[in-house]
Amino acid sequence: MKRSLVIVLLLAATSAYSQVFFTRNGKVSFFSKTPMENIDAVNSEVFSAFDSQKGDLAFAILIKSFRFEKALMEEHFNENYMESDKLPKSTFNGKVVNLKEVDVKKDGTYNVQVEGELTIHGVTKKVAYPGQIIVAGGKVSAKANFQIKLADYDVKIPSVVAGKIAETIDITVDCQYQPK
Amino acid sequence: MKGFLLGVLLLGSAVSAPAQDLLNMLEGEADKTKGPDFATATFKTTRLINGHSIENVAPGVLDFRISHRFGFVNRGISEFYGLDVSTIRLGLDYGISKRLMVGLGRSSYQKQLDAFAKFKILRQANGGMPLSLSVVSSAMIKTGPYDNPDRPNYFSSRLYYSWQVLIARKFSEGISLQLMPSVVHYNLVEAPEVINDVIALGAGGRFKLSKRVSLNLEYYYQLPDHKFTTSYNSLAVGFDIETGGHVFQLQFTNSTGMTERTFISETDGNVAKGDIHFGFNISRVFTIKDPRQ
Repeated sequence: MKRSLVIVLLLAATSAYSQVFFTRNGKVSFFSKTPMENIDAVNSEVFSAFDSQKGDLAFAILIKSFRFEKALMEEHFNENYMESDKLPKSTFNGKVVNLKEVDVKKDGTYNVQVEGELTIHGVTKKVAYPGQIIVAGGKVSAKANFQIKLADYDVKIPSVVAGKIAETIDITVDCQYQPK
Repeated sequence: MKGFLLGVLLLGSAVSAPAQDLLNMLEGEADKTKGPDFATATFKTTRLINGHSIENVAPGVLDFRISHRFGFVNRGISEFYGLDVSTIRLGLDYGISKRLMVGLGRSSYQKQLDAFAKFKILRQANGGMPLSLSVVSSAMIKTGPYDNPDRPNYFSSRLYYSWQVLIARKFSEGISLQLMPSVVHYNLVEAPEVINDVIALGAGGRFKLSKRVSLNLEYYYQLPDHKFTTSYNSLAVGFDIETGGHVFQLQFTNSTGMTERTFISETDGNVAKGDIHFGFNISRVFTIKDPRQ
């Protein structure tokens, strides 16, 4: 009897401590703006999970799933810049710092601060970006806009195309989660 | 007892999943849904040097190609080492689907029109298919005056065909090799005892010197019983240089023509005597259809 009570309590404890929201078709897009050429690409197969109890937030992206307006751009992106065969994924692993201000049971737009480790092109950096957690009709989604510097992630742009690729890239994140 | 239960509860929350677990779960999901990992960019462009490579232009992409060969370099200063002479092929290639591309071309050499279709049957994939395989079928029409106007001539006398199987493998980031068994068919030949089908085995490869420059080699060996007595085997050595939307190919070759008939079966240059052309191909692609729509 005592033992079963302990098990019940343990189960209750674990379920109370993990309310995970998940998606496998989140969107991450990027935009490079230069006077010579604008390049944008979108990845609609982004894996992301958010634990509303603990505040953990994670993203995993297959680099080869970015789609470009020109096929050759996509080939060069994978072949020359991101080396996708060697480094197929980009990830983020972090936390919502001000989790107390977020109530996933109540509709609203919550401004959050996210901190964690961002890995692009095999280089991991500690980062902190602002974002939004949006709760609407019980659906949870996450949005963010931030910038990254290619040089920070060891992405080398040769001088012949330097004028066509921006040094700083705008990143947009938009994920709609389902409870897991 | 209450204290014990509380202890268990606290322990339960303390050992609960660390942040890393979420990411591990996601990476596991990503690996599961990943489709076959096809080898990409086995070669920089759709031509190895003179002949086709396993690469196709992407669907909805138009590739405008200018191929140019100067004269033989051994003609000396009076012909400015071949630069006085030039032959050119202008071509338009278009990708219909991921596997099918078609192209048209006009060569100044023998005033020839050509059309081809290239279809990719097998695609090399990581942990799957070990090689890529394509077939190329092309037809060529000589548009100049008939060689012998005194005999009865038919339109079909101007036609030539070639069929190739391309078998390629990207061995590593820097090394790709390709084999090209080929047949060139002549509807009309000079005499009844002359063969109508030339059979050749081509081999070639590319070796990357840097991210955007590669060294390419291409050689077509004609089977001794299935070749014209006057023709040489086609040899070409070249460099691919990639700059954004362009690929420049610079090459040295003993072949004057830039279509299968003219380089596989009618190469007129004797390498041993220095009958070598300097030449280049320029490819410029235009996106006709946005692949995301």
